[in-house]
Amino acid sequence: MAEASTKTPFWRMERVSKHYGGVIALDGVDFQCERGEIHAVLGENGAGKSTLIKIMAGVVQPTSGQMFLEGQPVTFPTPVAATDHGIVCIFQELSLMPDLSVADNICITSPPGRWGFIDHKAQKRRAEELLARVGCADVHPGELVKNLPLSRRQMVEIAKALGREPKLLILDEATSALTSADVEEVYKILARLREQNLSILYISHRMHEIEQLADNCSVFRNGRHVETFDKGTRTDDEIVQLMIGREYSQVYPPKPKHAVAPQPRLEVKNLSWEDSLHDVSLTVGKGEIVGIGGLDGQGQRELLLALFGVLRGTSGSIAIDGQPASIGSPGTAKSAKYRIALIPEDRKSEGLMLPMSVRDNISMASISSLTKGLVVDRAAEDQKIDEMVRKLSIKVGDLNDAVATLSGGNQQKVVIAKWLMTDANTILLNDPTRGIDVGTKQEIYQLLRDLADAGAAILYYTTDYDELIGCCDRVYILYDGRIIRELDGDDITEHNIVASSLNLPLEQREERAGQ
Amino acid sequence: MKDTRLWLAQNYGPLLAFIVFALMFYTFIARHPVGLTVPVATTAANKAVLLALIGMAQTVPVLTGGLDLSVGFMVVMTNTVASVIVVGSPLQTALGVIGVLAVGMTAGFINGAIVVYGRLQPIITTLATGAVYFGIALFIRPIPGGTVNYDFADFMTFTVFETIPTTLVLLLIVVVFIWIPFRRSTLGRGCYAAGSAEGAAYLSGVNIDRSKLAAYTMSGLLCAIAGLVLTFITGSGEASGPQGATFTLASIAAVVIGGTSLYGGTGTAIGSIFGAFILRTIDDLLFVFDLPPLWQPLFQGVVLLTAVSLGAFAVIRIRNRLDLFQ
Repeated sequence: MAEASTKTPFWRMERVSKHYGGVIALDGVDFQCERGEIHAVLGENGAGKSTLIKIMAGVVQPTSGQMFLEGQPVTFPTPVAATDHGIVCIFQELSLMPDLSVADNICITSPPGRWGFIDHKAQKRRAEELLARVGCADVHPGELVKNLPLSRRQMVEIAKALGREPKLLILDEATSALTSADVEEVYKILARLREQNLSILYISHRMHEIEQLADNCSVFRNGRHVETFDKGTRTDDEIVQLMIGREYSQVYPPKPKHAVAPQPRLEVKNLSWEDSLHDVSLTVGKGEIVGIGGLDGQGQRELLLALFGVLRGTSGSIAIDGQPASIGSPGTAKSAKYRIALIPEDRKSEGLMLPMSVRDNISMASISSLTKGLVVDRAAEDQKIDEMVRKLSIKVGDLNDAVATLSGGNQQKVVIAKWLMTDANTILLNDPTRGIDVGTKQEIYQLLRDLADAGAAILYYTTDYDELIGCCDRVYILYDGRIIRELDGDDITEHNIVASSLNLPLEQREERAGQ
Repeated sequence: MKDTRLWLAQNYGPLLAFIVFALMFYTFIARHPVGLTVPVATTAANKAVLLALIGMAQTVPVLTGGLDLSVGFMVVMTNTVASVIVVGSPLQTALGVIGVLAVGMTAGFINGAIVVYGRLQPIITTLATGAVYFGIALFIRPIPGGTVNYDFADFMTFTVFETIPTTLVLLLIVVVFIWIPFRRSTLGRGCYAAGSAEGAAYLSGVNIDRSKLAAYTMSGLLCAIAGLVLTFITGSGEASGPQGATFTLASIAAVVIGGTSLYGGTGTAIGSIFGAFILRTIDDLLFVFDLPPLWQPLFQGVVLLTAVSLGAFAVIRIRNRLDLFQ
């Protein structure tokens, strides 16, 4: 890397920051990469990897800082501007249009032809040529993208990116949907592109891929660029150490010591669904807070949805209080028989009816139990709503105000109140503290502990590792839709969680314990 | 071989509409007392082409994931304009026709500009502009009347070479010189892309705004052509509210029967043509089977429901129920 400092780097970012309101996603990042190298970017959830590539691809604008391409300052107000400079990104969420054909998609940015008319024959030839380059000659260019399996779509996505003549290619978890044969093909393509003097930025959580592919690695943490180093100069354990080490700011309620293993409430055996969940088996006991961890998008969301009866075609078995349960819909899940609640991921679309009043939102899930004959028992409803507002100390002017007028933290409390009112005793939470203030977070931690102490079984997915450590009695780590590790008690450390999330062995554990 | 199979699979909606229409039309002719004569074909064609043009006009905004509730009123407005300016010498008539087309395109462009730059929902935008266009039509023709260049109108509503209905030729010209080039242009591609996955289209550098603007302008242009056909058929102008509303609803029905998804992204204006033909032929079938014409809405409703049900099969495959609501 000494060479890099003497000549003009191919791509350089200087003190680039990105703020979303009060949240700092990137904090004065200096970053550079060169032609003819594959550069891996590592970091845990929220480290700033996604923001970095979104800025590079022109999807979001930096709040401050400068970017240089071959020494020239550049700005990318739109994705097209980035592509025009030869910076092409393969996004994690596919950027293909499902109703269009493979050829249409591959050539969407600049279709061959003239005067605004597309030359279909030329387009087909170009698509065939690019598909052959990525080893997908079996994909017909006329096929609609929506009729292709996910792994083929991802390869089409790569073919599309290559068709844009990139100088700097960014791959964001591009191999996570691929079969192993495809992954080999992608490695070969990337190696070839490196020989053609392309600069490649590779974001992945698969350490073995990084070892096999990357020339050097950059680690991000808390929106900052921590360090860049050549491949092979750091051990896996050192890399994990670079990724962790956040400041602990939260205060958590003390965890009770369970003298005997708690009685199981929720038992899941070999739960599988499509490509997202594979043989997931877990137990949540009465009075226990069980965390689900891992990098985002490893099947955690699908696991909770499956338990709540949202997914069709799941296999495996679920038992509640030792009785086999068949949960076909959210309505069944919340019924008196199972008493399950799900606090969903996105409160604005899945948790709340924003234009409706606070009162209507809180009683939404338990309205049928409050109904006598044909009408809602308003007195009983008011009484229970008051009780919930007090219990959760929801700050609300008038219960008839639209819930949209509340702050994020209070909105989340309304979602929780809605489910507590159903008297649920199995509570599933999907990242409930995302985007809410510290004070409300601590109230939620305390509330969860109180609920557990009162006998509820809580399954808690959070992207914040800090919460897994502070709140949870046990933690399951998901990787590729499988539970790859269960951590218990003092083993729930940031090091173990990050290492497990990357599917690395915990060989350092004994050594650390011995220190 | 594979190309053919894919083409069939991707065009089964319009194909099905064509087959259904062919069967219906065959039945109509078989039952008709005089069979397929030039006057019978011409009468059927004139009515059907009018609706087919309006169906095509609706298709383009629908492909972008929008909807244009003003199509019927753009037809009515251009009809009243035509009843004023498509008169006189051949040159004046020609200028009048160009003027009518320009009025239609302007109305469509305004719809598109409000949707694209005002970021308003297409449904409510075109509901409002539709009322405005109807108001303009009333202003031009407070009471039905006016006239049109009758020589030209006669030519347009009869036949060429005394065999082929002129309106069918007009429809063919519209398909070959307007729809197919649009379909093959980057603008047309952009409409499909925006309707299929707007976010992905944006990330791919598709100029979504320009495509949507073109879609609504195209809708206005096709409505103006329909407005001219209406004027040639009736020989006058009328600002009829019920007619405008009926046109709009029939256009949506034609789009759906023709295999275009109301979610956008898939379908073709060719399908909408056959969708419109099916709707028209219901009327004719009731006539030849001596059924009361009052039954027409009932049959149209059944056909529409059947068409929608065919499109609903995809829902059965959805595994994550939350995806049903997206």
